[in-house]
Amino acid sequence: MGVFLFKKTMLKFTERGIYCPIADVYIDPWEPVEKAIVTHGHSDHARWGMERYLCHPHTAPILRLRLGADVTIQVLDYGERLTINGVHISLHPAGHIIGSAQVRVEYKGEVWVVSGDYKLTDDGLSVPYEPVRCHHFVTESTFGLPVYQFPDPRVVFQDINTWWKHNASEGVNSVLLGYALGKSQTILKHLDTTIGSVFLHGAVANVNGALNEIGYEFPGERITTDTDRKAIVGAIIVAPPSALGSPWLKKLTPYRIALCSGWMQLRGARRRRGVDRGFVLSDHCDWRQLNDAIAATGAHTIYVTHGYEGPFARWLREEKGLQAKEVHLQGSETGEEDL
Amino acid sequence: MRRFTDLFAAIDRTTKTNEKIAAIVDYLAGGDDRSNLYAVALLIGNRPKRPVTTGELKAWAAEMAGIPDWLFEESYHIVGDLAEAIALVLPPDPLSGSDYQLSDIIDELSLLPRKNDEQKKEIITGYWRHLDKDERFILTKLITGNFRIGVSRQLVIKALSNHLGMDEAAVAHRLMGKWIPAMETMASLFSESASGIRDFQPYPFYLAYQLDAPAETLGNIGDWYIEKKLDGIRGQIIVRNNQLFVWSRGEDLLTDKFPEFTRLSQSLPDGTVIDGEIIPWQGGRPLSFQVMQTRIGRKNLSQKSLREAPLVMVCYDLLEWKGEDIRDMPMRYRRNLLETLFSSPTFAHDVLLLSKIMPFNNWAEVAVFRQHARDFHCEGVMLKRRDSAYGNGRRRGNWWKWKTDPLTADGVLIYAQSGHGRRANLYTDYTFAVWDETGTLVPFAKAYSGLTDKEIVELDSWIKRNTTERFGPVRSVTPYHVFEIAFEGIQQSSRHKSGVALRFPRILRWRRDKTPESANTKADLLQLIAAVNG
Repeated sequence: MGVFLFKKTMLKFTERGIYCPIADVYIDPWEPVEKAIVTHGHSDHARWGMERYLCHPHTAPILRLRLGADVTIQVLDYGERLTINGVHISLHPAGHIIGSAQVRVEYKGEVWVVSGDYKLTDDGLSVPYEPVRCHHFVTESTFGLPVYQFPDPRVVFQDINTWWKHNASEGVNSVLLGYALGKSQTILKHLDTTIGSVFLHGAVANVNGALNEIGYEFPGERITTDTDRKAIVGAIIVAPPSALGSPWLKKLTPYRIALCSGWMQLRGARRRRGVDRGFVLSDHCDWRQLNDAIAATGAHTIYVTHGYEGPFARWLREEKGLQAKEVHLQGSETGEEDL
Repeated sequence: MRRFTDLFAAIDRTTKTNEKIAAIVDYLAGGDDRSNLYAVALLIGNRPKRPVTTGELKAWAAEMAGIPDWLFEESYHIVGDLAEAIALVLPPDPLSGSDYQLSDIIDELSLLPRKNDEQKKEIITGYWRHLDKDERFILTKLITGNFRIGVSRQLVIKALSNHLGMDEAAVAHRLMGKWIPAMETMASLFSESASGIRDFQPYPFYLAYQLDAPAETLGNIGDWYIEKKLDGIRGQIIVRNNQLFVWSRGEDLLTDKFPEFTRLSQSLPDGTVIDGEIIPWQGGRPLSFQVMQTRIGRKNLSQKSLREAPLVMVCYDLLEWKGEDIRDMPMRYRRNLLETLFSSPTFAHDVLLLSKIMPFNNWAEVAVFRQHARDFHCEGVMLKRRDSAYGNGRRRGNWWKWKTDPLTADGVLIYAQSGHGRRANLYTDYTFAVWDETGTLVPFAKAYSGLTDKEIVELDSWIKRNTTERFGPVRSVTPYHVFEIAFEGIQQSSRHKSGVALRFPRILRWRRDKTPESANTKADLLQLIAAVNG
């Protein structure tokens, strides 16, 4: 895995993660370090084994759920400032999932922003993305190709409800697959619960439980071994993608199954999984959002990670006249774990 | 266009055959004659010739999307389908909400070849501008040609049979050949009268499955005809009303490609349809399939290629005799008539050969022959029940193919490229190498199939973590994994680095027990060529 070291810069891309030597903190490190700023609770960003975590208050319950109740967490609200050794650190809404943050780092007037994962559309749940002016901007590029121009999520939510209604009218269950943290809650938030009852896979119910502690409410009943199978008719069941092809699904027969993901934009990605429907619903930026976001930061230097680094950086250099560099971070292959 | 696009979406979104059939039946029930006819044509892959080059389409799409050509190419690689890539990169919101008739669009596309480049561009980009994303995809699919939409021909036949209340075999027959929707009506195509069968129309081919049980389970060997399975092009020769038509199994009309057969229109009686294998032949034996491929690939047939690859048809069945469809008669009867035909004094024995029935006393003898099939210039045997009717499509029971075991070699995975369609965005196209005399790995085979979905995902993840170099869509990987590659034939080739060309290479199994050092060598392959090709 290529690691780029930019000399004498405020942030460095190291083998452990993005590092600020002056403040001695890492952002989303993947190996144990002392101080880690975590942009959001997804497991490829919030890793186990840091001595201290700094994150948004709404990410804290997720870290406790996933990394253990005994982790040491310091929280920082959006816009609040923390100064370490002259480096001003603040978090800003990234709009990716509940609690997700961009990390703004300022030292002697130079500003860097690490966006983490982000999106510009409003999911009605996480605090919407706010552009932050900066000189250096670190962006993901999960969907950094022009074939990824996502439909309006409001239309997608309508489609989901129509699909559910149609299935329910035939007495068939609807299984919706979406990542347990983030996607599942967005889906639940927009379900038309007058159509039928809502059931949850344990992994989704666990996350809902953690978010419940900080005041979020979601519909749905956890499916347990005690759940009466006969009560699940014409219902919608929200489960993580890992449930696809598992024996757990058999209990829900008859059902139709759909996957909610930005990858569903491509027919091949959907057909490969053998699901009945693919709903294009993402918590990442699509092509247009990435371009809009970058323009809004006013940054002159862009570091492109996570996704289509090569083509997207080249596009920014040749067509937008920006200094854009590819950064290959560990675990940053275009992964389908970003479901 | 919108209704057809909805039909496509309905078919595309379900994996269940019954739902797909229901969607087609619904469409037919709610459509007028003309739109039904055009839809059926498209569903079975009968579409206008490609009026523009893919290069032009790419350039126009990139221009309209406001992206440079290289970025379009990158996107295309990820999507794996040109029409889909175009539909996705164009600005998402169409100009108008007006609907277009599918039939009008198709008719306009068939007239495109007569227009100049500017007009072509204007017409196609005009559609792009006014259609929504899904309609653009369908339209562009129509233009690019390979319009497969998740329904098999059999499925369309089922739906039509349901809609028309007509026997499936009859529907299958009426759909054969390249009929032109603009010149037909549903009635002219499917009318019950015998005149519904046109002179050019071939019969649906009867196809066999690979024998997957011991031959002994087939019972008395005396009930079976056993013939060599040749490696040519399956075809039908039709003579009706003094006209000759030569069709391939892929339903390409190849009459013009095979001038050898031209005089058959005179020497075969009217109302004759023969099923057989078209194959290059010289000195009493078939030439290699490569010879055939080279010849088929030629746009213009020169005297030289006619001399180097003279074709014959090895005939094994008679489907029509004196204008009468005899497919339902037992094979014994059809074979008799075929032999009678061959005994005619005016018969063209130089281009039509009779497939020999091989005399075997028991299945063990057949097994031995099959094992050594390559020594006899064939790829195995065909087993056909003597009392079998000539069926329609691929069926189990009465006809079997029993191919010889493939040749194999162990190769090291060295390059990977992302796949297309269902496998887009996954590294599924692999290049394998063997060791040459200097201890360098030289590529000898490309293969796309043979792994399970689970293995593909595992290998994909390994490839992404063990990439040493990228060039465009291709990645070099650390030589580590060894795969057993199966293939049907092997030949020397100056075009390949390893000096060999394989026929039908595919992955037989992942040899996790082997290290790259234990893979085969170029010398091994050259030895194999000497052994196989004698």
